Amino acid sequence: MYDFAYHRPKSVADAVALLKGKEEARPMSGGMTLIPTLKQRLARPSDIVDLGAIKELAGIKVEGNNVVIGGMTKHGDVATSADVKANIPALASLAGHIGDPAVRNRGTMGGSVANNDPAADYPAAVVALNATITTNTGKHTADDFFKGLFETALSEGELITSISFPKVEKAAYIKFPNPASRYAMVGVFVAKTAGGVRVAVTGAGPCVFRVKAMEDALAKNFTSAAIKDIKVPADDLNSDIHGSAEYRAHLVGVMARRAVDAANK
Amino acid sequence: MTAETGIGARVKRKEDQRFLTGTGRYVDDLPLARATYAYFLRSPHAHAKIKSIDVSAAKSMPGVVEIFTGKDIADAKVGGLICGWVVKDKHGEPHKSPPHPVMALDTVRYVGDTVAMVVANSHDEAKDAAEAIHVDYDVKPANVDLARAFDKGVPEVHAAEAPGNLIYDWEIGVKADVEAAFAKAAHVTKMDIVNNRLIPNAMEPRAAAAEYDKGTGNYTLWSTSQNPHVLRLILSAFVLGIPEHKLRVIAPDVGGGFGSKIFCYNEETMVCWASSRVGRPIKWTAERAESFMTDAHGRDHVTHAELALDKDHKFLALKVETIANMGAYLSTFSTAVPTYLYATLLAGQYTTPLIYANVKAALTHTAPVDAYRGAGRPEATFVIETIVSKAAAELKVDTAELRRKNFIPTEAFPYQTPVALQYDSGNYPPIIDEAIKIADYKGFEGRRAEAKSRGKLRGIGFSSYIEACGLGPSRVIGQLGGGVGQWESAQIKFNPTGNVQVLTGAHSHGQSHETTFAQLVSDKLGIPIETVEVVHGDTATTPFGMGSYGSRSLAVGGSAIMKAADKIIAKGKKIAAHLMEASVADVVFENGNFKVAGTDKNVPLGAAVFAAYVPHNYPLEELEPGMDENAFYDPSNFVYPAGTQICEVEIDPDTGVVEVVNHTAVDDFGNIINPMVVEGQVHGGIVQGVGQALLENAVYDKETGQLLSGSYMDYTMPRADDVPSFKLGNKITPCPHNPLGVKGCGEAGAIAAPAAVMNAVHDALAPLGVTHVPMPATPLSVWQTIQGAQRKAAE
Repeated sequence: MYDFAYHRPKSVADAVALLKGKEEARPMSGGMTLIPTLKQRLARPSDIVDLGAIKELAGIKVEGNNVVIGGMTKHGDVATSADVKANIPALASLAGHIGDPAVRNRGTMGGSVANNDPAADYPAAVVALNATITTNTGKHTADDFFKGLFETALSEGELITSISFPKVEKAAYIKFPNPASRYAMVGVFVAKTAGGVRVAVTGAGPCVFRVKAMEDALAKNFTSAAIKDIKVPADDLNSDIHGSAEYRAHLVGVMARRAVDAANK
Repeated sequence: MTAETGIGARVKRKEDQRFLTGTGRYVDDLPLARATYAYFLRSPHAHAKIKSIDVSAAKSMPGVVEIFTGKDIADAKVGGLICGWVVKDKHGEPHKSPPHPVMALDTVRYVGDTVAMVVANSHDEAKDAAEAIHVDYDVKPANVDLARAFDKGVPEVHAAEAPGNLIYDWEIGVKADVEAAFAKAAHVTKMDIVNNRLIPNAMEPRAAAAEYDKGTGNYTLWSTSQNPHVLRLILSAFVLGIPEHKLRVIAPDVGGGFGSKIFCYNEETMVCWASSRVGRPIKWTAERAESFMTDAHGRDHVTHAELALDKDHKFLALKVETIANMGAYLSTFSTAVPTYLYATLLAGQYTTPLIYANVKAALTHTAPVDAYRGAGRPEATFVIETIVSKAAAELKVDTAELRRKNFIPTEAFPYQTPVALQYDSGNYPPIIDEAIKIADYKGFEGRRAEAKSRGKLRGIGFSSYIEACGLGPSRVIGQLGGGVGQWESAQIKFNPTGNVQVLTGAHSHGQSHETTFAQLVSDKLGIPIETVEVVHGDTATTPFGMGSYGSRSLAVGGSAIMKAADKIIAKGKKIAAHLMEASVADVVFENGNFKVAGTDKNVPLGAAVFAAYVPHNYPLEELEPGMDENAFYDPSNFVYPAGTQICEVEIDPDTGVVEVVNHTAVDDFGNIINPMVVEGQVHGGIVQGVGQALLENAVYDKETGQLLSGSYMDYTMPRADDVPSFKLGNKITPCPHNPLGVKGCGEAGAIAAPAAVMNAVHDALAPLGVTHVPMPATPLSVWQTIQGAQRKAAE
């Protein structure tokens, strides 16, 4: 790990001031990606701005038809929240299967979403549930937020303060873990909300994506049979020693069907 | 001693108290005053010429003490690392022996090859400085593909010393006889397999620390070694030239080895060498990424095999052609693994009268490959046990029945195989019968049908392995080219107060010697186990010994302890006879007491020991004082554990995921000292075998030579949820030639499991027309195989 200056501000305003004032400052939420990256000397920030002391960023509340989750809310808290379990059980279940207990007790929703790792679980939930991402400067829709590999709509000094998820009628997330890392090699979140049906896929491509053909079919008939013949093209999917693009494309179909079946249970 | 702690008792491990409370002392824990820290700069290229190395900027970095390169080592006339087993090829010529410099001089030959050593006041400063070293590489084409290693035009690893990448072309058996048997065979089963390359992944990474005492000229090297005496011998005699008596090697608590810590590595060599130049102690602990890159890897064979059977399904002959990967340099025992530890095992449990094996050892631009848990024997078992199952499937006969039909009959022992080994003992039919019973083989088709109703493909697989371990005698090993003896030493040293130190030349790095060996001594001498301390791992305190590998510690090291205990008893008898004023011939030793038969005269061992140290009433004119006995034991043969494993898997045809749902192992390890420890060894071995079969794979990129599976993000270590609870059983035929009647148990699980699992996978997929799945049977690999079979069926 290279040397860096460490800051632990108590407010979003102080954090943003620090981030904007330093040359190579990086915000840190749970640090579950950043710290291993630092330890492997793959990043060399001048300053680390630890968001852990900003109390306003953590917490879960129900506002009307939405569950609003603070950016610094830990996966373990999402997994065990009565509000999440009651209104979006698929999201609680997803959170309960991220990493291991140590990761779930450190890692945060905002950190994961802002990092936009192609194999992260949360982006699938954010897109499938058509969540709204609120930052210190404004709001982003889910569809506009995830731009590409580790790339989001966040600009410099912009921090996720909360994410608002609509309550669901039916939803489920099924992932196929990478055998080694157990990150999602393919994860499919299927959701039926007041806004319609969405199918979002993580792990398979460079960035979370929707499968419109499945959404249209499920909107008419929300059963796994309705999507059994829908194939996802392998062209733009990831390929590595654990899974070819063709295999991932195939798994998208399998996981989507299993997610629909789980949502219907 | 008492039934609770004696031979056969499930004594809880003495060493666990410190391991589980974090009070073990590993190399990295050493507090060394004024210590410096080493960091090794590694080659990022699989093959390159080093045009220049500029360390000037790095040398002026904060905290840097010294930087060494290959040129410094060459200028100091440090020897290269050695290969300690000379294998003669089929023309009687010794294997090609390319140089293995401690640090690369002008060429790097794999990703991870060592280029420079930075010594600094802290690890971070050493690492910072290493980043400032500028190496100008001329990158050359590399080959990491074993199957292509001998092809024309393939980049050569050591063009001058090993042209065409060939280290040896070795054979065993008479090819013409085997061909003749094939010509009259009623059925021939053929198979092409890859035995996948594995990375050992000991929990504790390799580490070394060294201190040079300028006043005495003595070096002390702490190393994560499985065999500190042999490491010292190699460093003294071949590499550093430090006289053996001026070098002390200590292997303290070591967190696992699996073979990978047998070998003499360059980092510990450098740390030791540089400690006198720097004038301060030097410490080094591998980072996990370095372990992946530079620990000697295991397995890595490409094999074609053919089995000939007669019309009654008796095996007539076996023909095996194997290319074995050596990596870029020959590691310490690399040459022996695919020859004397592999091809000599190809008879398995069967009467196959004719066997021919041809093994070609190849160089590639990859990390060195050497012994890894089982070392050659898992590869042999995989060949035999998969081809036997394949033959059964082709002939549509019961896989257990085909095995039973070809087993060496119990009355045929000792049994001379056609591949050099003479099995001392064995009784195979009751083992497979017991395994079949425990696994409920009869009920399998019902379970298969039930699984099918859930959309799962269920399969069952057998693996009846033979192992040859506890290598010996030394004379035979020498004839085969082995460079060291294969005996073990022991010293039983009583203290005047009656407690005892047992010093062993074996080394425990997870094997529970401190418990098992204490049980032996406690049982034999009739003293409480709490009074027995097992000491190992320090060349200054323990007698010269060969260390631990090849499941030898109990069979060879334990036998040495028994010999030493016999000497203690013999001496004690003389002392007791004197004290009891009896004839030595009348003295018997029972439960820790010397007695005169037919009388109530009695001298406890403790009293004899006290008399030996305080010899006021003692036959000094006939007997030396003291109670301290040494023994060396050279085994008269290998020991031959055997067993049968039965694995059941369920495969999800939609995803290719294989789940091990049942796994049974019945073993003959001879007599068992501590069943709990033995079960632990079997469990761990099976997990590693399941790991090889389904999960683990060391993959180098064929274009760039980079190690793609270089971290736990990509190298799939088995986890607890990857395996079921194992069902174990035992059938015991005591070893006839060692005093304990014991065989070895450390590697058996890993030897047998891969074939059992893969045979189950093949059985599960047979209804789809699949006959072969490459190992490891990862979800991707299984899915692709199913796709291929479906395409073929559609054609």
